[in-house]
Amino acid sequence: MSRSLKKGPFVEEKLLKRINKLNESGEKKIIKTWSRSSNIFPEMVGHTIAVHDGRRHVPIFISESMVGHKLGEFAPSRSIRPHIYKGKSERVATVKK
Amino acid sequence: MVRISGVDIPNDKHICIALTYIFGIGRSAAEAMLNKLNIDNSIKTKDLSEDELVKIREYIENNYTIEGDLRREVSQNVKRLIEINSYRGIRHKRGLPVRGQRTHTNARTRKGKRRSVGIKKSQSQ
Repeated sequence: MSRSLKKGPFVEEKLLKRINKLNESGEKKIIKTWSRSSNIFPEMVGHTIAVHDGRRHVPIFISESMVGHKLGEFAPSRSIRPHIYKGKSERVATVKK
Repeated sequence: MVRISGVDIPNDKHICIALTYIFGIGRSAAEAMLNKLNIDNSIKTKDLSEDELVKIREYIENNYTIEGDLRREVSQNVKRLIEINSYRGIRHKRGLPVRGQRTHTNARTRKGKRRSVGIKKSQSQ
């Protein structure tokens, strides 16, 4: 079910406030945030936002085509790693002992 | 044999089915279109008058994106997701389900045929 249009897109107010402040002063600073569920607003384009992935803050440069997505989409919270194949040599070595 | 919007040649079937041979037109789109044009759903394609064919062609042209255009649109959308490195883009790239489905079992449509994973037996034994 999609979000009610009446409410408009969600964004953490604090985050938007900080972005607006940066826009006013023309500064570029990395903003750390935990708010993965915030939508990316046009105001954020050009900034770098460090989004929490559960462990650390992943810096993300916001480009124009990201507008309308959520911050969390760009900071994966799961690491996918392949199963590690223990080399043949190692197994043979243990057998010899 | 009838040609509608390019390469599609549906023939001996009811028109509402024959139209679904066009990529981008399914059952509901076909039925909605025929209703609007006042053409009977269950008439066979070969029994259509030239007049009705023209009407169908025109209607499709003005109201739907189909075939190559649609394919291009879809692949462009996917490419955009991959380019901005979003979660959905990553899932597309890895050939895994995009909309949060489980992958512990199932997901065979996206993952393709089963490939066995694990430690292979050493050949020199």
